[in-house]
Amino acid sequence: MSEREVLELLRENARYSAADIARMTDLEEDEVEAAIEELEAAGLVRGYQAVVDWDRLEDERVRAEVELNVRLDRETGYDDIAERLARFPQVTALRLVSGDYDFDMEVEGDSIREVSQFISEKVAPVPEITQTVTHYVMTSYKENGIELGDGEDDDRLSYSP
Amino acid sequence: MTFELSDRVQAVPPSGIRRFFEIAEERDEVISLGVGEPDFATPWAARDAAITSLEQGKTSYTANRGKRELREAIADYVADRFDLGYDPDEEIIVTAGASEAVDLAFRAFVNPGDTVAIAQPAYISYEPGVIFAGGEVLPVPTREEDDFRLTVEGLEEAGAADADVLVLCYPNNPTGAIMPEEDLEPIAEFAREHDLTVFSDEIYAELTYDGEHTSIASLEGMRERTIVFNGFSKAHAMTGLRLGYALGPADAIGAMNKIHQYTMLSAPTTAQYAALEALDSCDNDVEEMVEEYDRRRRFVLSRFREIGMDVFEAKGAFYCFPEVPEGFTAEEFAEEVLREQGVAVVPGDVFGDVGEGHLRVSYATGLEDLRRALNRIEAFVADHA
Repeated sequence: MSEREVLELLRENARYSAADIARMTDLEEDEVEAAIEELEAAGLVRGYQAVVDWDRLEDERVRAEVELNVRLDRETGYDDIAERLARFPQVTALRLVSGDYDFDMEVEGDSIREVSQFISEKVAPVPEITQTVTHYVMTSYKENGIELGDGEDDDRLSYSP
Repeated sequence: MTFELSDRVQAVPPSGIRRFFEIAEERDEVISLGVGEPDFATPWAARDAAITSLEQGKTSYTANRGKRELREAIADYVADRFDLGYDPDEEIIVTAGASEAVDLAFRAFVNPGDTVAIAQPAYISYEPGVIFAGGEVLPVPTREEDDFRLTVEGLEEAGAADADVLVLCYPNNPTGAIMPEEDLEPIAEFAREHDLTVFSDEIYAELTYDGEHTSIASLEGMRERTIVFNGFSKAHAMTGLRLGYALGPADAIGAMNKIHQYTMLSAPTTAQYAALEALDSCDNDVEEMVEEYDRRRRFVLSRFREIGMDVFEAKGAFYCFPEVPEGFTAEEFAEEVLREQGVAVVPGDVFGDVGEGHLRVSYATGLEDLRRALNRIEAFVADHA
């Protein structure tokens, strides 16, 4: 049995039912259920979310990618700073990255003002943070592996040999 | 003035799927499981190679037999994948789709009155191809109880011992049947014993889900009597680029090239650049597509069984071949499920009389659509139970 196959299918579409996954993998439905439970219990699967195209929503939804540089000392490591930042509900993703800056942080809010205020009032004052560079998301074309455009119509003939 | 059609053109009836196509065009919201082509786009690297070749102005004819570089790549590919050894200079010809290769073979090797045995159910173009060449078709039915594999008994019963050519297509369109090596051995022996030329259409070879594909040309004593057809349409999702090829002994390929050079001159140049890149760097794309087809295959087979329709365990291509419920002919079922539920499937008798009572269902369509289509078929079957 391939846990990985179940994982791949859940990543493709978390709403596939256990029955659907069973059909695709030749597993029994209860085996799929057990595998999913195990993946969740082991912390490999941490949750399920919809992939949303916010640009289609009437209400404004503002997202920003923030580059953060930090200064470490003997008492404080990356994990400590990350733990502090990750607690903010406005932060939707946080990653330590290699390159010109240390953390790559995704932030969401209802307005530019709200996001700006959060960064200037909550993030920038964190003593270890030495620099923030905020990039507001203007248009999103792909999220979580899913393209957000209108999608191309299937223009194949309905019957072909 | 009216055109007087040639006897050969008149002898070919209109395509069995044309009428369905017209009904589908009138109806909104049709989910099509009637297609014989991938729903994936050509791998990006191959498309990019085609674009680059255009940017560089590479738009001239190529050698009649195809770019030498591509023939070399094909020779390496078939040697590696299917244990087939062909000389790129003399034993390979690149054509405008495998369909052209099939047509060239019929025209090059079938004399008026020759008999061409076709293992059925079969891809719909073989029969007209034989008729256009002036030959006569000898249907060789395969049976579901034999997993739609061709058997020597089947060949004997049909009288194929007296035929001139035997046409095989495995993995099979429309059934999804495959012929493993142990099944091909006796067929090869039959062909040798009765001196049959074999045309082996292996366009779906990469789409084999259970075990490895074996080419009949790789069996002892078969290379010299077999023409193998393959191409880039199915596994490399390049249907619209129209690129195929044929493999065979030098004199046979030379004969096919004689027709090709006067009719096609050379296969599309842009497509040849795409194909070269496809062979060079798109193995992963092919692997991913095959994996996805396999998942869909299992899904579709399992859903048909839940719906209560008997379905053969297809192991190749991207089709399955369920039986229609009692009280329907294949054509009635296909027409009514299209009109009532907007699901397009192809009646099995289009692929030869032996396909009556079956449907060809393509799973070269995304899983969400497959799921919706099978729910609709389920509702249709329940309504008519």
